[in-house]
Amino acid sequence: MLPELGHFALVLALVLAALQAFFGIVGPALGRDRWAAATTSAVAGQFVMVATAVGILVYAFVNFDFSVLYVAENSNSALPLMYRIAALWGAHEGSLLLWIFLLAVWTLAVAIASRNLPERFAARVLGVLGVLSFGFLLFTLATSDPFRRLIPAAADGRDLNPLLQDPGLAVHPPVLYTGYVGLAVAFSFACAAMLEGRMDPDWARWTRPWTTAAWAFLTCGIALGSWWSYYTLGWGGYWEWDPVENASFMPWLVATALIHSLAVTEKRGLFKSWTLLLAILAFSLSLLGTFLVRSGVLVSVHSFAADPSRGRFILAFLGLVIGGALTLYAWRAPLLKSNAGFDLLSRESFLLFNNILLVVAAATVLGGTLAPLIADTFGQSSLSVGPPYFRPTFLLAVIPLLLLLSVGVHANWKRGHLEAAVRPLLVTLVVAGLLGAAVVFGAYGGRHALAIIGFGIGSWIILSSLLDPVDRLRRHLSLSRAVLGMTLAHIGLAVAVIALTGVESYTSESDIALAAGASAQVGGYDFKLIGTQPIEGANYNAIRATVIVTRDGQPITTLYPESRTFWVQQQTRKVAGIYNRHGTDLFIALGDDLGAGRWSFRAQIRPLITLLWLGPLFMALGGALALSDRRYRMARAAARAAPPGARGEAY
Amino acid sequence: MNPRFLVPLGAFAALVVVLAVGINHSHEVGVLKSPLVGHQIPDWELPVLTDPTKSLGSRDLKGQWYVLNYWGAWCYSCRVEHPTLLQAQREGRVQIIGVDWVADNPDENAAALEMLSRQGNPYRQVVIDRDGRTAIDLGIAQAPESLLVNPQGVIVYKEPGVITPEIWRREFLARLPPQSAVPVANAGGS
Repeated sequence: MLPELGHFALVLALVLAALQAFFGIVGPALGRDRWAAATTSAVAGQFVMVATAVGILVYAFVNFDFSVLYVAENSNSALPLMYRIAALWGAHEGSLLLWIFLLAVWTLAVAIASRNLPERFAARVLGVLGVLSFGFLLFTLATSDPFRRLIPAAADGRDLNPLLQDPGLAVHPPVLYTGYVGLAVAFSFACAAMLEGRMDPDWARWTRPWTTAAWAFLTCGIALGSWWSYYTLGWGGYWEWDPVENASFMPWLVATALIHSLAVTEKRGLFKSWTLLLAILAFSLSLLGTFLVRSGVLVSVHSFAADPSRGRFILAFLGLVIGGALTLYAWRAPLLKSNAGFDLLSRESFLLFNNILLVVAAATVLGGTLAPLIADTFGQSSLSVGPPYFRPTFLLAVIPLLLLLSVGVHANWKRGHLEAAVRPLLVTLVVAGLLGAAVVFGAYGGRHALAIIGFGIGSWIILSSLLDPVDRLRRHLSLSRAVLGMTLAHIGLAVAVIALTGVESYTSESDIALAAGASAQVGGYDFKLIGTQPIEGANYNAIRATVIVTRDGQPITTLYPESRTFWVQQQTRKVAGIYNRHGTDLFIALGDDLGAGRWSFRAQIRPLITLLWLGPLFMALGGALALSDRRYRMARAAARAAPPGARGEAY
Repeated sequence: MNPRFLVPLGAFAALVVVLAVGINHSHEVGVLKSPLVGHQIPDWELPVLTDPTKSLGSRDLKGQWYVLNYWGAWCYSCRVEHPTLLQAQREGRVQIIGVDWVADNPDENAAALEMLSRQGNPYRQVVIDRDGRTAIDLGIAQAPESLLVNPQGVIVYKEPGVITPEIWRREFLARLPPQSAVPVANAGGS
């Protein structure tokens, strides 16, 4: 009975989404403010319905209702509670439901927060969000119903994919999806601005906090995914440029560009049409990425063919939403005129370069990701694009970007007077270069010329970003949280650059075969296998190896890499043994039984890898700090204080 | 109207066309029957990946059911297919012979061995197709592709893409005799 109610709740949500879209878009267009006012009710109702559906599916998972096909396919009676809940997003149907739920949460948040926006504009934003929600709900109900029954019920479930039975992966999709879906808000603000013909810098000011929040979630989500693949796939890789990773990275790059161009549009009223386009692109890429990866078209055109109806629906929806927004853009953007100019060395210029380089980087990733698909379409097969393409093309765009960043943060709006900054910039550049060289020659024995550049650029960004805040502190001047947030985010980026340089240049790795009592040396550390023993987990058997790590005879740590074989699917998942020593990871993963008591292992010494996770964390915290800036709090306080009739004007 | 604002729309339209062709095209590929299905498999013989002095060919496998799976370490879809093959190997209903297709990958040999040690080896034997000549003979257009061959050497089925657990059940297992199992004797090597 309950699953049918869940299905019914989704149908009601679909109807409410249609109403939300209709009232939100048609109401303001016809000047019917009472229609527009009804939008908010539709939003609230839709949220309740979607939350009910999610609750019912979670309930079915928690209570082992194997008469629901999706539950039977993705859980099992031996599956621990935490993973029975996470199984909700363990496969296609549930992920889609999670998408819809998060969209409903964002929409509700927008509805609550935009009580201080002009009513018609707010209704239009919610209306566009309603269109998106309607499309997703229709897709779910038409092709991917999570409540489909399995009659007769299965005696037991087929279990959750073992790769997903890990705390890191359990939290990764919701965080990442929150970021993806959050970009829908920026998209909707852009569409609403174009629908209304009100493309003044106001919409940029209203969109900024939403975009920053979505970007921060996206940053965390990508870092979590990378971390998860590092310790659980068994070979210590953290980024492979595979389609799934690229799908999350492209919207991130464009969203980063969007954050910067929004600043220009808000502060200076420039780049107006460009900012609109970026807002459309960022969400389009997240839509394209999620759908194409979910449907498998990027992994293989062939799995798409397994269910062409799903693929056609996706394509039609993409065409309508993105095509519609771009048509709106082609119609409205030519009306925009900017009359303000700026000098070559002004902050506007630097942000323009930032935007161009970020978009170029996103385009190279998009090209590489789609190339196999395009080749396949035109009958050219066996085209595979991997790191040898992505690495150099990506660096080509990113190195100039990083260099310009150090200079750009000192540029002024409009005026191109950098003279005052030249001296400190040169000093920090020299210090950074020396630091880079010192690290390379001092700590790592100077093998890589590129490493000096990497360390140097990273240090320069940190030093240069700190110049202004430190100067203001010394002069007892106030520092806004927006500026602090930006500084922290830039430092986070620099930290990630330094980490990548260290990891890429100085990782030692080796595949070794060890019998009990034998040891092997990797990167100056001795790995000695004490032995292996079978152990039993909640729903798996595992082989656990005990490996003692020593350096120059001094014991460092004992690691316990595991190879888990899950009962139901008989699939194996590795859990690496990792010990962090001064930011360097000593990593060992258990491979295969080579017979005669010998086991294969993959051992790695990865310097600075801790910083690789800290960098994105700093970036996201920087975003959060900027969000807590005074002007946003003031805006909220003003909204509370304003009488209902004065809403739009209070801002 | 300023035409430059139409550029994004145009680019997006082109992308949609490519994707639309991609869906329909791939659908047809799945439906298309290989002309070799139902016929004797062309004679083939290839060196063993780990020991090029040895080789394996259609003559060695006469009298046995086998799946010939073309793959490559360069091929992302093959990685996707891999767990299904590992599961199939554990079930032990039919032997899978892997053909490592070098294509143009200069490091294929090492990369293939690394992939097998990393992800597990589902194959009874792995041979290597360096110049792609055998692929042409067998009508293999891309990786992964797989042929199911019966003891008389007739190609019973060709899967022109990723084998999913569903496809494995429906197209491969369903065509095998009920009691089939991987032969005990070592496959080939002459």
